[in-house]
Amino acid sequence: MDNSVELKKGRKNRDKKRALVAYSFIAPNFIGFAVFTLVPIVCAFALGFLKWDGNNPIQFVGLENFKELSGDSMFWASLKNTIIYCVGTVPLTMIASLALAIILNQKIKARGFFRTVAFFPYVASLVAITAVWAMIFHPSKGPINAVLYYVFHMEELPNWFGKDLILLTLILFSVWKYMGYYMVIYLAGLQGVSGELYEAASLDGAGTWQKFRYVTWPQLRPTTFFVVVMLTINCFKVYDIAIMLAGGADGRLGTSSTVLVYYIYQKAFVEWDLGYSSAIAMVLFVLVLIITLIQFRGNAKYENS
Amino acid sequence: MAKKSSMHRNRVVGKVLIYALLILITAVMVVPFLWMLSASIKTNTEVFDITPFQFIPDEPQWSNYQEIWTKIPLARFIGNTVFLTIVVTTLQMLTSSFAAYAFAKLQFKHRNALFLAYIATIAMPWQVYMVPQFIMMRGMGLNDKLLAMICLQAFSAFGVFLMKQFYEGIPDSLCEAARIDGMSEYKIYSSIMLPLSKPALSTLIIFTFVNTWNDYLGPLIYLKSEAKKTIQLGLKMFIGQYAAEYGLIMAGSIITLIPVLIVFLALQKYFVEGVAATGIKG
Repeated sequence: MDNSVELKKGRKNRDKKRALVAYSFIAPNFIGFAVFTLVPIVCAFALGFLKWDGNNPIQFVGLENFKELSGDSMFWASLKNTIIYCVGTVPLTMIASLALAIILNQKIKARGFFRTVAFFPYVASLVAITAVWAMIFHPSKGPINAVLYYVFHMEELPNWFGKDLILLTLILFSVWKYMGYYMVIYLAGLQGVSGELYEAASLDGAGTWQKFRYVTWPQLRPTTFFVVVMLTINCFKVYDIAIMLAGGADGRLGTSSTVLVYYIYQKAFVEWDLGYSSAIAMVLFVLVLIITLIQFRGNAKYENS
Repeated sequence: MAKKSSMHRNRVVGKVLIYALLILITAVMVVPFLWMLSASIKTNTEVFDITPFQFIPDEPQWSNYQEIWTKIPLARFIGNTVFLTIVVTTLQMLTSSFAAYAFAKLQFKHRNALFLAYIATIAMPWQVYMVPQFIMMRGMGLNDKLLAMICLQAFSAFGVFLMKQFYEGIPDSLCEAARIDGMSEYKIYSSIMLPLSKPALSTLIIFTFVNTWNDYLGPLIYLKSEAKKTIQLGLKMFIGQYAAEYGLIMAGSIITLIPVLIVFLALQKYFVEGVAATGIKG
């Protein structure tokens, strides 16, 4: 009897000690994470219902910010542009990165070199490469328009940074910059597709397209799901690409190129309307949440059927 | 026989097509960088000359690479960025792998609840809470301090998540055996797990290094005085002031790319391996 109590006590002490050791492992990261991420996230939800300029007393205004938002044409423009940017970027990047991964998964010479080259734009500084793009696509002096003029004899040269084409330029740029990253994810996914499936398909007389259609594509389903979710979320967060390619010397964006995060930044750090800016941030959050949920549902449905 | 040779021909055509496609893609990827390199040693009147295009001009303007250091306090910007990048990457590596070890290999109360806190924020864009975060940091007196950027970037949920995924792939029996041998958990972490996690750590280093080095919006919000600015802000500032100084802009751009290129090339062999090992199953 005494013995078992002692034993229990001993185990309890040991469990306690174990838990303490575990917490000591987690603490350095978790404390930083809780203070600098969790607390601000909670505050972000509250801030949307307040009116505050950061200095004067805070006012509770209920849904006032959201009401104001529904009649704000600049907000609608930034929402529209962000969505157009997403709708263009997500499928194009997905297709390009998948194609690239399939090609670079073959046994070809200098495979490592090609992979490195495709990945490099992803790690390159945005400020630096947007500066090059601004030169290459320069409306009157850039080499792209020079080719259009001299080779294709195009009369009216496109202004890639003008209000009609700027979203297209942003989309092209981000496909170029990010496809190498998603290629790496697809390459990892392709490692998981067993060679036997391809052999079986070959025996059944499947050609290249059929192998892709009936083996690669369904096998890569989870990877594609991951890629599309990540891409969509990253597209909604777009800010610096727009600022650097579309912002003039003053770094401001007009209605043709404004995006949600730019508007959040502008409202908060230029106009100091913190509550209003958080209301826009909530819209961003809800959009990301809805897209994640839809895609999760879609994936679950597919896997059950 | 006829079928066989047509199959062979198909295969050759396929190979040729693949290489043609690859060369085209490589050109699209590389040309902007070559253009940057070439323009960085040209005068402003030469940069747009394409008839004929000279990769190396008759008189290379190596002075662009000298001048950029005096036009803006580039050394200062680079110093700040190097400092930030090293501190953030080191902290991120240590604290993430430390926490991930507990989440993957130790049993304790509230483990799942604590980990859920990380997971729940992973899809939450930073842009959603950057404003309250700034107000909070300003309240702590961190406005216009490099320390703010460290607090901001060193404790990401992504790092913990990535390392945990990797550690879960390492058999538990390895830790159990070490425990029976009387090793403390700290010892198991430092002498068994850490050496095994090279691919995952390399992936994390590349991501953290690149993100910190290239970050623009974070420093834009926090770092106001010129002495505190990072290289991205500095380069952008230069572009804003001297929009037509193409040669100088390109020279500055090349300088900002070199460190990333070095780290990337040094660690890239771990990279695909790391992404694959950390498992991104749906």
